[in-house]
Amino acid sequence: MTPFSYSRASDAADALRRATAGAKYLGGGTNLVDLMRETIERPAALVDVTGLSATIEERQGGGLLIGAATRNTAVAEHRAVRERYPVLARAILAGASAQIRNMATMGGNILQRTRCTYFYDDEGSQCNKRVPGEGCDAIEGFNRIHAILGASPACVATHPSDMCVALAALDATVHLRSAGGERVLPFTDLHRLPEGRPDIETVLEPGELIVAIELPPPLATRSTYRKVRDRASYAFALVSVAATLAVEEGRVKDVRLALGGVAHKPWRAFKAEDALRGQPATEQAFRAAAEAELAHAVPLHDNAFKIELTKRTIAAVLGELAGEAA
Amino acid sequence: MSIMINGAAMSLPEDPRVSLLDLLREHHHLTGTKKGCNQGACGACTVLVDGERIVSCLALAMQYEGRAVTTIEGLADGNELHPLQQAFIEHDGFQCGYCTPGQICSAVGMAAELKRGAPSNVTGDLSADTIAFSRDELAERMSGNLCRCGAHNGIIDAIGATFAARPEVAA
Repeated sequence: MTPFSYSRASDAADALRRATAGAKYLGGGTNLVDLMRETIERPAALVDVTGLSATIEERQGGGLLIGAATRNTAVAEHRAVRERYPVLARAILAGASAQIRNMATMGGNILQRTRCTYFYDDEGSQCNKRVPGEGCDAIEGFNRIHAILGASPACVATHPSDMCVALAALDATVHLRSAGGERVLPFTDLHRLPEGRPDIETVLEPGELIVAIELPPPLATRSTYRKVRDRASYAFALVSVAATLAVEEGRVKDVRLALGGVAHKPWRAFKAEDALRGQPATEQAFRAAAEAELAHAVPLHDNAFKIELTKRTIAAVLGELAGEAA
Repeated sequence: MSIMINGAAMSLPEDPRVSLLDLLREHHHLTGTKKGCNQGACGACTVLVDGERIVSCLALAMQYEGRAVTTIEGLADGNELHPLQQAFIEHDGFQCGYCTPGQICSAVGMAAELKRGAPSNVTGDLSADTIAFSRDELAERMSGNLCRCGAHNGIIDAIGATFAARPEVAA
């Protein structure tokens, strides 16, 4: 690990003051410490932000405001999250291990980096995320776990978070603070697609800090998360689906759908949502919506299976929610 | 700067690179906690911090200033084993024993989570107040601790015998 200085921020303003050039914010450390040990991340300073807001507050109108330092376990366990946003509780519980969820913060989970094996292989592989312009060994390499949507000739990595897929489906917003002031962004606008600069993963400005995540009132009482992976627990998603569905008189009144394991960012399935609104809540319509979303999916040589797997998982999850709603 | 380890105040390192795991093993010679993968994947380094289980390899020691850490060395009551330690012996919960300290610390933390009604990935009803100490629940909740000898069935038996029969043992 490259030497660095460590300090603890007492509040958001203090964190911003401490975040000088070359510094990084430190949450639970479950990803950043690992990346530092691999010397993929080499911050000059760590600003510990685990002492910042870790509360879950009710908002007027029925939403929740979750402090960025709240641990993943605390969110998944919270009564209001379990009852009103089951998709978020389920997504968090599908991720990592209990030990890691006890450490990981909301902000850190959002900003975790890809588990692409070539990104991690600092000494043996080329990676445009690590060294922009160097090349991508995953495109012609072992790419079973890589992207089928929104990838670029520079990068085919996927975002590893389960929780973020639920946040994308819930129309969450992120509250940000920087020296220039505060702003609120739709969660789906926070992460970038790789294009020519896969090393830039979010639209955060240097030093900008995530202070909270806000959930609007839920669209429907029914929501869920399904994760398909190589083993039943403690594995990253091959494909995952977060969904919430409102059915009225047999028709889709409204729907939110997001996909994990398929793209460089948590993938909100806007095309499938558009295809579904007003349609009968049937298996045929669910399948057609999945086809619409995946119409422009591009497989690599090891991951073509993900296209059909994603379609089937979307249809199965919507079928499950429609069955519950009936 | 100090940290409580098994009830005793101990010093923290000056170098912020030192993990909680290396602090325990290399600085304070508490070698019960094991280093397996050193990247958060195997659970061998699991310890309890204020009763919550974490992987100490991904924890920078400095972040835990003032906190209370319990390691495998802190579970027994003098010469009397913790009931779960005894159960691991009775149910063949190990072969080589390398993952065992992490398994046992993890299970102690897990039992407290289950007792307070925290849901897991296999919990059917998220709104339920109480969750059974079922085999499925225990296996899911212990998935962060790998055993390369394959003693998982004995491990789950030991945990079930300790906590399912006597939930009061859980913290």
